[in-house]
Amino acid sequence: MTTATGTPAAARAAKRPAPRRPRGGIRGHEAAAGWLFTAPVLVLLALFLVLPILMAAWVSVSDWTGQGNPFSGGAHFVGAKNFSSLLTRDGLARQDLMTSLRNNFYYVLLVVPLQTALALFLAIVLNRRRLAGRGFFRTAYYFPSVTSSVAISIVFLFMFSGGGVVNALISSAGGTGPNWFADPDGLIHILLDKLGVHSAPAALANHGLLGQSWWDWLAGPSVAMTALIVLAVWTTSGTFMLMFLAALQNIPAEVEEAALIDGASAWQRTRLVVLPMLRPTLFLVLTLGLIGTWQVFDQVYIISQGNPAKTTLTPAYLSYTTSFNDQQWGQGAAIAFILFAIIVALTALQRFVLRERKADAG
Amino acid sequence: MKSTLGRGAAAGLGAAILALTAACSSGGGFGGSSSTSGSGGSDSGPLNVLIGSSGAAETSAVQAAAAAFAKQSGIKVNVVAAQNLQQQVSQGFAAGQPADVFYLDTSSFQNYAKTGALYAYADKASDPGDFYPTLKQSFSYDGKFYCVPKDWSTLGLAINTADWSAAGLTPADVPTNWDQLEAVAKKLTTGGRVGLTIASDHAGIDEFIYQNGGSLLSADKKTASFDSPQNVAALNYVKKLLSDGVLKFPSALNAGWNGEAFGKNAAAMTIVGNWIDGAMKSDYPNVKYQVYPLPAGPSGTKATLSFTNCWGIPAKSSHKDAAVKLVDFLASGTQQMAFAKAFGVMPSRESVKDQWTAAFPADAAFLAGAAYAQPDLALAGGTQTISDYDSKLAQLATADPAALLSAEQKNFQAVIQQNQ
Repeated sequence: MTTATGTPAAARAAKRPAPRRPRGGIRGHEAAAGWLFTAPVLVLLALFLVLPILMAAWVSVSDWTGQGNPFSGGAHFVGAKNFSSLLTRDGLARQDLMTSLRNNFYYVLLVVPLQTALALFLAIVLNRRRLAGRGFFRTAYYFPSVTSSVAISIVFLFMFSGGGVVNALISSAGGTGPNWFADPDGLIHILLDKLGVHSAPAALANHGLLGQSWWDWLAGPSVAMTALIVLAVWTTSGTFMLMFLAALQNIPAEVEEAALIDGASAWQRTRLVVLPMLRPTLFLVLTLGLIGTWQVFDQVYIISQGNPAKTTLTPAYLSYTTSFNDQQWGQGAAIAFILFAIIVALTALQRFVLRERKADAG
Repeated sequence: MKSTLGRGAAAGLGAAILALTAACSSGGGFGGSSSTSGSGGSDSGPLNVLIGSSGAAETSAVQAAAAAFAKQSGIKVNVVAAQNLQQQVSQGFAAGQPADVFYLDTSSFQNYAKTGALYAYADKASDPGDFYPTLKQSFSYDGKFYCVPKDWSTLGLAINTADWSAAGLTPADVPTNWDQLEAVAKKLTTGGRVGLTIASDHAGIDEFIYQNGGSLLSADKKTASFDSPQNVAALNYVKKLLSDGVLKFPSALNAGWNGEAFGKNAAAMTIVGNWIDGAMKSDYPNVKYQVYPLPAGPSGTKATLSFTNCWGIPAKSSHKDAAVKLVDFLASGTQQMAFAKAFGVMPSRESVKDQWTAAFPADAAFLAGAAYAQPDLALAGGTQTISDYDSKLAQLATADPAALLSAEQKNFQAVIQQNQ
């Protein structure tokens, strides 16, 4: 547990006030020189990070029509109108946003745990010292991550088409595959249908939240979205596997040997020794996964454009279509900020859940 | 030695940056001055033209036309084929430097006209009365005719002739009303093939609404009438075809669009625009088919949908007069006939109607629809609403048409209210 306590200790050391140095003399212009040397980066950050965010923030509370510079008089301040039509007013805008949030929620709910578990599993397998062809497997698993997502999306489009490879496999196993990218039925609805619930119970159909009935909220990811989930898990696991692998290789062999001497079984060693030592990496992988999955855009743009029946619509794609197709730039930017707020909130929550508890550290 | 080299390189770089900024500023200055003296007719461009090309044939045809215009008028023209037209046009407007002339679809037209981004020049074009009324309606906003229709398409009924005769049908059996359409669709449905396929969105289904005497938006876009009984009856008819299994949407036939399903002979008939010709020629050259006018509704009302693009000119362009000259050239009857021959479109001018019918006798059915064509659905700020309507239509087989249409009535009414 040395690494677990190491970080806070280092932080405490850093907080100790540094000894003051007299101003002037040979170090007198350090501050100016420091600013000078960081200036290029600061300028770049301001130009490409701060300014665009401020611009988007302004657009989200303005009626900018997409012509000319939004700062140059053409746009007027409209307060929270864009946000209120998305969140409080009953209408298509809110309905679309809520549908997209529901879709993306199920996407995140499945992709993040699956990709993390798969990446960890692959990393542990590849970390075994006596595995033949380790280099080959490492490359093979990492390959999807370095391939263009456009190319992969198009391959998936063929694989999951009604008469594609996946359905051929399913039918050779005796089943009938769905028409993947044209099937809007939610997995939970399909499951309930199998259990004998063929239509929405009145309690769920007649009550709802934010313009959607509970029955719609509880649809689960559609069959089409499931194909996108498979794609995401497959492409991102390689990257995260690499991160886990790097962390695993940082664990000293002695620690595991010590556990071995103490009589821990392989499962106990993994669960009680290796996993706790991977906590920082686990946090990194979960955070990156969470952020990446909430922002999913490219697969939707290429494969489904939100179809069928809007079950693959995601906030990022909705923001794009609202801005570019409907010329409602304010509302599009507002969607982006709502998405931003959701990501920040969920990341904070995840940080809280994964925090290092005092009892562990001591 | 090394330091001198470095200094030289730095000086060179500096000079290059200076030259670049000078070029930029002089370019801007030139643009600014020409906008003030633009009416003098001395504007020599260059005009930037952004097109959403259907392929190499269209790009090179437009480029050739632009070159001919440049030679005749002395105005330079750059034609750029966009990767994603809608997005690139948007970006141009946002950057304050839109292309001087660009393709504009009817739905985006409403959005740009509403925000005042477009130059309403159409009445200054030569013989504006020559354009088909349905096209003028598509490109009018608040009663003003804005931009010149480039060309257009209507829907017709394409029939696979081999399937047709195999089912024992003769040319006399070509459906002229809904009952006959249903009957032949039934007859043509065998085994793995369905009788009819149509696009699963408003562009594939709305014609039934118009054929039934219904309507969606008024011509002035101030009222919506989605939930009328005629509309509900029309969707009920389509739903019945779907549930009888004689009509299937392309996705149910493993096809990306209805033309593909028709070409693969997964369907014996399809309701499709004249873009089917190019697709069949390149992808399914051995499939023989014939195009007929669409059947009429129960009361005998004939209707088809029209799809079109116009030549948009931004209000902020600094070369407006030169741009109008170019559009006038491109939209002339002779030039449109040249385009029709190059990439199979229908000219937007009535004066070349007979010339076109003579050149393309097999496609006469498409132009026959000109008399009763209804403009494709478009509403300012309504792109999302239309796509919502589309996504619901795609689920028509399991939907309740009355509920579907009343939900859309509410959505479109909300957009109309927002526009006022």
